[in-house]
Formats: sequence, structure tokens, C-alpha cells
Amino acid sequence: MTGLPIQYGMGLAALLFIAGLTGLVVRRNALFVLMCLEIMLNSTGLAFIVAGARWQAPDGQSMFILIIALAAAEAAIGLGLLLQLYKRFRTIDIDAASEMHG
Amino acid sequence: MSLLVLTLIFPLAGAIALSLFPRMPDNTARTIGAGSVGLAALVTAIVMVFWGANGGYPYIQTLWQWIAVGDFDINFSLYLDGLSITMMGVITGVGFLIHFFAAWYMVHDLEGDPGMARFFAYMNLFIVAMLLLVLGDNLLLLYLGWEGVGLCSYLLIGYYYKTPANAWAAYKAFVVTRIGDVFLAIGLFLLYTVFGTLNIQTLLHEAPQVWNQGGVMVNVAAVLLLLGACGKSAQLPLQTWLADAMAGPTPVSALIHAATMVTAGVYLIARTHGIFELAPAIQELVGVVGGLTLLIAGLAATAQTDIKRVIAYSTMSQIGYMFLALGVGAWQAAIFHLMIHAFFKSLLFLTAGSVIIACHHEQNIFKMGGLRKTLPLDYWLMVIGGAALAALPLVTAGFYSKDAILWEAVANGHGVLWLFGLVGAFITSIYTFRMIFIVFHGEQKIHAEAGRGIPHHLPLIVLGVLSTFIGALIGQPLDGVLPSGAVEDYPWIEIIFEVISSVVVLVGLGVAAALFLGKRQLITQATEGGPGRKTWLFFNSALGFDWLYDKGFVQPFLWVARGHRHDWIEAIVNVVPGLASIGNSGLSAVQDGRVRWYAMVMFAGTAVLLAVLMFG
Repeated sequence: MTGLPIQYGMGLAALLFIAGLTGLVVRRNALFVLMCLEIMLNSTGLAFIVAGARWQAPDGQSMFILIIALAAAEAAIGLGLLLQLYKRFRTIDIDAASEMHG
Repeated sequence: MSLLVLTLIFPLAGAIALSLFPRMPDNTARTIGAGSVGLAALVTAIVMVFWGANGGYPYIQTLWQWIAVGDFDINFSLYLDGLSITMMGVITGVGFLIHFFAAWYMVHDLEGDPGMARFFAYMNLFIVAMLLLVLGDNLLLLYLGWEGVGLCSYLLIGYYYKTPANAWAAYKAFVVTRIGDVFLAIGLFLLYTVFGTLNIQTLLHEAPQVWNQGGVMVNVAAVLLLLGACGKSAQLPLQTWLADAMAGPTPVSALIHAATMVTAGVYLIARTHGIFELAPAIQELVGVVGGLTLLIAGLAATAQTDIKRVIAYSTMSQIGYMFLALGVGAWQAAIFHLMIHAFFKSLLFLTAGSVIIACHHEQNIFKMGGLRKTLPLDYWLMVIGGAALAALPLVTAGFYSKDAILWEAVANGHGVLWLFGLVGAFITSIYTFRMIFIVFHGEQKIHAEAGRGIPHHLPLIVLGVLSTFIGALIGQPLDGVLPSGAVEDYPWIEIIFEVISSVVVLVGLGVAAALFLGKRQLITQATEGGPGRKTWLFFNSALGFDWLYDKGFVQPFLWVARGHRHDWIEAIVNVVPGLASIGNSGLSAVQDGRVRWYAMVMFAGTAVLLAVLMFG
């Protein structure tokens, strides 16, 4: 395979993951929250691919297929929730749905 | 004979039915309440006949094993002998008459308010507990009944719970009797430790072999039993609750606080007579307690204005006579007086209830007056009951039972106690006829409507008949159960003493007539001011025992409790709830529903875990 060191791939995955996480924590718009979740899922997918390429194992690719399926399901449910959120609260600010006031 | 258990089952079924359906119509509640006790009385009569026909041997009916822990083995078994069958007769017989009367009384007392089913549920439960008390063949079963009657007494004193004074009276009765109950419980522990059993017959059989006459342990056991009996029977020093217990409806006073529950102490001492005979000093103490109580209660009764309180103090006084009889060894006479007292005292209470209803809930005797013409039936019944209470010679039942006690006291060499009893008889005569003269003679001050109907007349008349010499003809199968104590060697001397006490009673009647018939000028002037007024107040407060106990026990206890409200133990103990409270507010602040915050914390946690795994 190519001589790209595993540190590069893993570093990219970690950067993507932290970017997604930061977005998840910082953004209040539900649409962006969903997108950040997608980024985080894909960053983990990338980590699996890189690891699979490094050790010449098919496990990484099969895990990636699993993650894509999961991400598709998650996107469908997340968008459904988003629509409901908008219907109930007339906004897609996720903090508006917090009624626990703990 | 195995019907015996039905006497418990009928009232228990009644109590359960009445408490499960508290909204049933009043008529149904009255029918169930009085009917179940009526059935129990019928069964008791049948059991009596069979028991007598079988020769009157003790009969034990074991229902099931109640407790079995190691060697501690208690059966739920009923023991029928001459003593318990006498008590059963009183409880179910007099109990049924009082329930029957209550069916009339409560309609007029409640005046349409709800609570009929509640009343009869408590009353039926009381009958069950009282029967358990007298039928239990071991002391633990007796104690179960003992606590059961205490509970029902509490519930019924506070029956009109919306008046705070009634609730406090119930509270007081419960707490004061509980002091006695604790001593009784300790007594049971002691007996079990020594004998390894609580079966009464075994105890009585083994006691003379284990304990010496007058030993320390037997004295302690007897004192503990005596204190238990004092609490339940309102004797010195635990007598203060009974007068306040009159807050309950009048049939309750008749059933619980005159005829049955307050005589439980007498029953307990009679039942464990073997232990008291081994402790002659304590048996003497029983007599002294009775003698003092009968005088104190008698003096208190002379200065009461509430008709029920007069009768309540007379009850304490009469139970004092029973204790005196137990103390001098007149065991059978004590139980005889117990039965006769149940007849005439429930008659007096029920008649008082009838008068109270007739006068529209007025209980102050000085506001009544002159009711002789409007309430002739009540008047004559009150005279019969009062005569039995005062023990007017020959025609009343009280004469035969009380004079048996006085004669056996003197014949067994207790001259001082006899004198106590004689003075008590004099006072009894005064306060009884004082009440009758004030209520029924003189000018009429109140409008009264006589009670009508069979439930009103029948129980009163039956009890009236039983309070005359006819009641004294009822024999009691106590031979072989209790030592007789009777002394029949000197019939002539006995007659002399009977004449003495008769004269004393008649003089008391004369004094009462002189003081309270007519315009009552003498007594009014004497108690208007100065030392006379002070004496009256002293007697009215039952010789100040409430004040004494308040200053001696209640106030110091409250003072100590107040002082320790903020002490250092409290501070240490409060650390635990304080920490819990801080933890609670911290954790609840974390759970605020902001999902982004959750995610942040989750990742931070994961990062920490990873760091620990990698570098730890």
C-alpha cells in the first residue's frame, strides 16, 4: 500500500471528531447539531478505514458499512425529531425544548 | 363446646363488615353492630349450658399455633373455666344490652351526622378484644386482648374527634394506661425468663415450687402485674385518665369505662392469684391501693358538676372495693362485686345517657333539676341503680356484694381496710343521692323529652331488674378456680357488721337529703367562699393529682426535651441530612435537561477515562 503513515489518517480523524464535538456542544440549531453528529460518525469511519488499511484487514471496511447504515438511520430519526420540534415549539433551537429546569 | 370460638367470630365479623362498608345505611349498621353481639351472647349462653352439663371442668380449645421460635411456643388457645365464663357472661350479656341501647342512643347523639358504622365497628372490635383478654390461656394472648381493649378505648374516647378536648382526653387515657401496660409487659418478660412459659395454668402450678413465699422475685413479679392492673383499672397512682375518658359517647362509658375494660385489672389479679398469694406484702399493697383509691375517688365524686364525671369517679371507687377485696383474699367476693357492679354501673350510665339526650345534651347536673315528673322511668331506674351503688340494705344487689367484701376484710383481720371501706360506703351514699336529688328533685330548670321505644326501655329495665336483689341471686361457678376467702364461722358477728354498714349507708342518705334536698342553703353557703370553696375545688380536681402529675412529670419532661432540642448530639446527627441535602441540590442542578451540556460532560468523562487508561 501507499506509504502514508497511519498518524496522518488518525490525526485527520481526531481533528474531524473534535470539530464535530465542538459544533455539537456549541451550536443550538438542531440542524447543525445533526450535521455535527454526521461529521463525528464519519470521523470514526475514517479511523476504521485507516486502521483497516494499515493492518491489511477487511474489518475496517465492514465497520464503515455498518457506520454508514447507522448514520442513515440516525439522520432519518433526527430529521423526524427536528420536524416535531419545529411543530411543537415553532423553533429549531434545541434548548427551547428543555423543560426540566433541574 | 367447640362453639366457644363463635363468640369471637361473630363480633369480629361484625367489626370487619362495618369497617369495610363505612357508608352503609345507619339502620344496617345498627342491626349488624347490635346483632353480632347478640349472637355472641346467645352462643355464650349455649356454651354455659353445655359447660355446666359437662360438670364444669376447665375446657381448652386450641385454634392454631400462634408463635413458634425455638423454645418460645405460644398457642392461640382459649381457656374456659368458672372465672372466664363469668367474665364472658358479663361481657356479652351486659355488652349486648349496651349495644342495644346504643342503637337508640347514637341516633339521637349523632343527629344525622355520619359515623354510625364507625361507632359500631369500634364497639364490636372491643368485644372481640375483651373476650380474648378473658379467654386467653396464656399471658401473651391476654396481653393481645389487653392492648386491643386499650386501642378501642382510645378510639371511642376520641370518637367525636373534631373537638380537640376529646382527642386530648383519648391521648391522655392511652398514655396513662400505656405506663401500666409497659410494667405488665416487663412482668411477662420476667415470668417467661423464670418459667420458660407463659401458659397461665402452668405458671400457677409451678410458681409455688420455684419461688419461696415472700421471695424477692415473686414480689417484683407481683408488683409489675399490680402496676399493669392499676393502669387499666384506673387505680392509684394511674387513676387520672378515667374521668377525662367521659368525653366518649355514653354507651362507651357504660361498656368500656364501667362494666368491662376497667375491671380487666381485677380479672388479671384474680387470674394470677397464685403469684399474689406467694407475695403477701404485695397482696396487702393491692388492698391498700384499692382502699386509698376508693376514698380519693369518692371524695372527688362529691364535688363534680358533670353527671358522667360523678359516675366515673364512682366507678373508680367501686373498682377500689374490688382491689380491696383482692387484697384481703376475698377473691370470689371481688369477682361477685365485679359482676354486680357491671349491672348497676351500666344501668347508671345508660340512664344518665337517656337523661342527657332528654335534656338536649346537657350534662351539668345543676342545670337540670326537678326531672322526676317529666322523666319518671329514668328517675326510678336511677334510684334503683343509685341504691345498688350505695348498697342500700336487703333490696339491692350492691348490698350483698359490697358487704361480702367488707365482712371478709374484717374477718381476715384487715381492720384498717374495713374502716376505709366503711368510710367509702358513707361517701358513696352521699354523692350518689346528691346526684339524684340535684338532677331529679327541686325546681325544674330545663325542658326535657322522655326517650321512647323498645331499644330505649328494654336494656334499662333488664339492667334495673339485675341491679336489685335478683341480680345477687346469680351464682358464679368460681369454686376450684379461686380460693373462696369466705369466713362463715361467725354468722352472728357477720350480721352485726352488716347492720353497722347498713346504718352508715342510711346515715349517708340522710346527710345527702339534708344537704341537697330543698333549697340547699347550707351547702351553698359553705362552698361559697373561703376554706369551703377551696375544699370544694380540691375535691372537684380529684385531690389535685392532675396538677401534681403535670408539675412532677409532664413539665420536667417538656423542659428537658426543650433543653435538648439544639444540643451537640443534634448537631452531629444533623450532618447526615445536611450532606444528603447538599448532594441532592447538586445532582438535581446537573439534571437540567440541556442535552448539549450532557454531551459535553459525557465526552469529558470519556476523555478522563481514556487518559487514565493510557497514562495511568
